[in-house]
Amino acid sequence: MNPYRLVRARPEPAFTVTFDGREIEALPGQTVAAALWSAGVTAWRTTRGEGRPRGVFCGIGVCFDCLVTVNDRANTRACLVPVRPGDTIRTQDGIGHEG
Amino acid sequence: MIGAGPAGLAAALAAAARGIRVTVIDSGTEAGGQFYRRPAAEFGARRPQALHHQWRTWERLRDALARQVRLGLITHLTDHHVWLVERQSGSPTVHALRGPLQEEPVTVRADALVLATGGYEKVLPFPGWTLPGVVTAGGAQAMLKGGLVLPGRVAVVAGTGPLLLPVAAGLAAAGAEVAALVDSAVPKHFLRHGGRFAAHPAKLLEGARYAAELARHRIRVAAHHTVTAAHGEDRLEFVTVAALDADGRVRPGTERRIPCDTLAVGHGLLPHTDLAETLGCRLDGTRVHVDDEQRTDVPGVWAAGEITGIGGAALSLAEGHIAGRSVAARLRGREPDRGEWSPAARSRDTARDFATLLDAVYAPPAHWAELITDDTVVCRCEEVTGGAVRAAVGLGAGDLRTVKLLTRAGMGWCQGRMCAPAVAGLTGCRLEPSRRPFARPVPLGVLAQDPDHPSASEPKGRLDTDTGAPEANRAPSKGDTP
Repeated sequence: MNPYRLVRARPEPAFTVTFDGREIEALPGQTVAAALWSAGVTAWRTTRGEGRPRGVFCGIGVCFDCLVTVNDRANTRACLVPVRPGDTIRTQDGIGHEG
Repeated sequence: MIGAGPAGLAAALAAAARGIRVTVIDSGTEAGGQFYRRPAAEFGARRPQALHHQWRTWERLRDALARQVRLGLITHLTDHHVWLVERQSGSPTVHALRGPLQEEPVTVRADALVLATGGYEKVLPFPGWTLPGVVTAGGAQAMLKGGLVLPGRVAVVAGTGPLLLPVAAGLAAAGAEVAALVDSAVPKHFLRHGGRFAAHPAKLLEGARYAAELARHRIRVAAHHTVTAAHGEDRLEFVTVAALDADGRVRPGTERRIPCDTLAVGHGLLPHTDLAETLGCRLDGTRVHVDDEQRTDVPGVWAAGEITGIGGAALSLAEGHIAGRSVAARLRGREPDRGEWSPAARSRDTARDFATLLDAVYAPPAHWAELITDDTVVCRCEEVTGGAVRAAVGLGAGDLRTVKLLTRAGMGWCQGRMCAPAVAGLTGCRLEPSRRPFARPVPLGVLAQDPDHPSASEPKGRLDTDTGAPEANRAPSKGDTP
């Protein structure tokens, strides 16, 4: 069993995005977080203090753990933002600003 | 109405049915809130109800909403993220940011406001809880219901509370192996309250259905147990689970490891009260105080659903319905006829009684704070450890705000929503409203653009006066340093 079979989903055709330069497939309707989980990625931020990996925690936009850089925009909440064809998703280091 | 979950929708429909023009403002791209979160239309799900309970109720709400939107009585603003509600010349004014990136300002004025902002999950820390693969129980469920995705292949569901049952059942139904459901609740406490549970036959049936689902998926239930730590290098690899003794302490020697790549953990829900706090609504503990028609103590402001105390979807529907009817009567200058909503009032009483009962049986281990080592991160945003928080108490901190000022715990992105219950438990400080003026991050550009933004955005009202803040109220005197 998988979630798609459970709800008898007929998703629209997949498209490609990149995560840290690697191409991954994403589906229309997915958030950035759902697309990354589907690709087996569970961490996409390193904390600014200890450099520890983080990903989804609350899943509903409250905790800000899932912050990621999408199309050069840092501090995007992956669990809220829909993934779009051609998105460039990058691991966010610290607060996401260079220097 | 702020919020399009069960409470907000019930309030909107009850008011609209009585001729009131309603605007429903909600952060979701679809109505339903967390309880009725569904896959986006692009997934073409033909059986979304497979991940839901009480789907018929949702269909009724959905169809009634569509009808009222067509008739023009309800305007449904989706993907609108409210950051502030204030009263301008006595009228509630709602400030929101539109779109997933939350940048475009929108202002809505109304004659009456219903706060139906729901709740969010409380998670008490333990070593390893920041590892990727550890998610909140509600978060795992939200990602599954909305995104049709699982965080891994083998999950442990842990913590305490009735939410863990549908989360474990849902993950298993969707194909995850649920290695264990670990709840700190004590089975004999359910028996102790057996008589009161008997008064809720529908809920007992629901519980029995979950028990059957867990059995069908061969999920081991470890009652009166707790997860003491999550382990892994850069990702969760296993958890340690241990039995609890009668005092709520870990029984030495009972620890065992369960390999897993997912831990879905939660210790109950908290009301989402930030907008109510800024308006100055009275709170009882963590919940917004309301009267029998769901009015807060701020004129023109009602509250319904989890914000008035965690109690589930049935309670939210009843409270929302009553709030909507009360709004319709009050806006016409009439005293509402309470007899008209007596069925909803009875549902409300029953559901509140059941919620009290659940509170009595589901509880985190009494000594959960002892699991927090000095190097366990407590504040996830600012990476403040248990040791630092304890040191703040040593320095004399006696309230959450002082702990925050000394350690930065609660000062980060989530503004203490995740760590406040833990910091309170660890320090013995009271968990009290944070009274932050903004409910979410607002771009500076929006504040500069919006002509309606309040010049003095400090929360006003009763909370400040009641607690008495002499420094804040004191007029500057000659002796003050400039």
